[in-house]
Amino acid sequence: MMTRIRKIFRSQKVIPICSMVLGILIIIAIFAPWIAPNDPIAVNLVYKLQPPSWEFPLGTDHLGRCNLSRILYGTRISLGFAMLIFISSLSIGLIIGTFSGYRGGWIDHALMRFCDGILAFPNLILILGLVGIFGPGLKQVILAIMLVQWVYYARMFRGMVLSLKEHNFIAAAKISGSSQWKIIKNHIVPNVLPPLVVMGTLEMGWAIMDISAMSFLGLGVQPPTPEWGAMIHEGKSYIRTNPEIMLYPGLVIMLVIVTFNLLGEALSDRYSIKRRF
Amino acid sequence: MGTYVLKRIMSIIPVFLLATLLTTGMIHLSSVDPAEAYLTAAHIQPTDEILAQKRHEFGLDQPFLLQYVNSIMKICQLDFGISYVSNKPVWDEVTYRIPATIQLALGSIVIAVLVSVPLGFLAGVKKNGLIDHFSRVLSFFGASVPSFWLGYIFIFFFSVKLDLFPVEGIGTWQHLVLPSVTLALPLIAMYTRLLRASVLENMQEPYVLFARTRGIKEKTIMGKHVLRIAISPMITGLGMNLGKLLTGTIIVEAVFSWPGFGRYFIEAIFNRDIPVIQCYVLIAASLFIVSNLIVDLIQMFIDPRISRKEGQQ
Repeated sequence: MMTRIRKIFRSQKVIPICSMVLGILIIIAIFAPWIAPNDPIAVNLVYKLQPPSWEFPLGTDHLGRCNLSRILYGTRISLGFAMLIFISSLSIGLIIGTFSGYRGGWIDHALMRFCDGILAFPNLILILGLVGIFGPGLKQVILAIMLVQWVYYARMFRGMVLSLKEHNFIAAAKISGSSQWKIIKNHIVPNVLPPLVVMGTLEMGWAIMDISAMSFLGLGVQPPTPEWGAMIHEGKSYIRTNPEIMLYPGLVIMLVIVTFNLLGEALSDRYSIKRRF
Repeated sequence: MGTYVLKRIMSIIPVFLLATLLTTGMIHLSSVDPAEAYLTAAHIQPTDEILAQKRHEFGLDQPFLLQYVNSIMKICQLDFGISYVSNKPVWDEVTYRIPATIQLALGSIVIAVLVSVPLGFLAGVKKNGLIDHFSRVLSFFGASVPSFWLGYIFIFFFSVKLDLFPVEGIGTWQHLVLPSVTLALPLIAMYTRLLRASVLENMQEPYVLFARTRGIKEKTIMGKHVLRIAISPMITGLGMNLGKLLTGTIIVEAVFSWPGFGRYFIEAIFNRDIPVIQCYVLIAASLFIVSNLIVDLIQMFIDPRISRKEGQQ
């Protein structure tokens, strides 16, 4: 048994397995209204703190809401907003990073010093500081994370542009008369894509953790919206009598983050990319 | 070497200036008017006259550059303004709460080092052995588990079920155990991996082969040579992770109702107590910058090649 598990984790099967788990999560997120057995925000005090049953497979919380439905709906918020953060910080980073690397000179210098300034802060603390300034709420949290996270992409893309500028194969392609589109498609994209995919995978994990941590602190998603961190926040008062209310969402967060981490690690091994810590 | 040290110390000044610029600029991003927030917190009916007076007192009617210079001058004197909520100087409030946070942080660093050094070392020495597999599972678990959830799981098992440790509060060493273990787990995960990788890397080095051919005992080679060199990336890791540790204290303090700086910060966010927020962010940044500097300097003393390399560039 153990050796079989070990074999799976060491072989190339990690990537398909993790992709499958992610695929299922995405399907759950999209089809949550059809999959969930109950309304995730319908309060019904008659059914409060029920044990698992056919109607409520994971029981109910202190307001009689179905735990399973809330977890399933929570997938939408976590995955959806993590994706939004990834795409938007990636785009901002892409634009600023390539511009900075391409232009060089004092603009490059000024932009990079600004990035250094942001990187001087531990990132979650800067995010929290920004949330403190903007005020609590999901929108503000997302905005704050985006404002901090783009810096990493900007630096990555700048570095790539600089090193690509130096490479002879780009010059060779130019000299041999390849069109700009062809150079981008055949030379730049294949070089940029693998580290990007790895970074994106790891970023999704962090973003999900950050969003749920914020909601747990009461700064992110506000009740009654179903979100995993917020569920833990609400369930903590019932830890003595009904620990399962906060047990399930935590397990789900862990599953999702393990999946993203395993996938990111397997991908970076495959493409032998150095990761940042 | 002297010039390198000096250069490295000087290099933190612009970063520090940028950090203060960001925290000073923060107020202007906010929709909250500090003068108004102050008056509301102090239960004074805001009239235009008092508002204008307060704005003048806070220096908000001055040009931004002057505000920035003033705030740097004040920070140098450890004057972080007055809390809107308690009406006391922020610095006094902070120094009152910081010892609890330091206690928590030190506790978790001690646990993390005590666990991860033997674990990472043994995992690296016997690759793919039982300990190595255990360390891999532990570091994966540690990196993926949300600490706010883990804290409650600990409370449930060790406080509610087994009644071994108190649920929350501060005072005896029993109070310290659960929070610092919770805080230590992600660190254990990271350091174990770092040390394992570094031990594996060092075992490929020619000096190990040379020592073996000279017939030196394997135990001596590993314990005396490999471990000593392999531990160096861990020191870097310790310094680089002070920021992460600080972030961790915010969450762990919230879970265990630990009366520290992190919980105060969260309270300040809810109350929109901007001077406190600024102060926390700035202290976090300074800690981060200074700890990176110290780590660099320590590394330089351990491995003089670093300063020579820098000198050549």
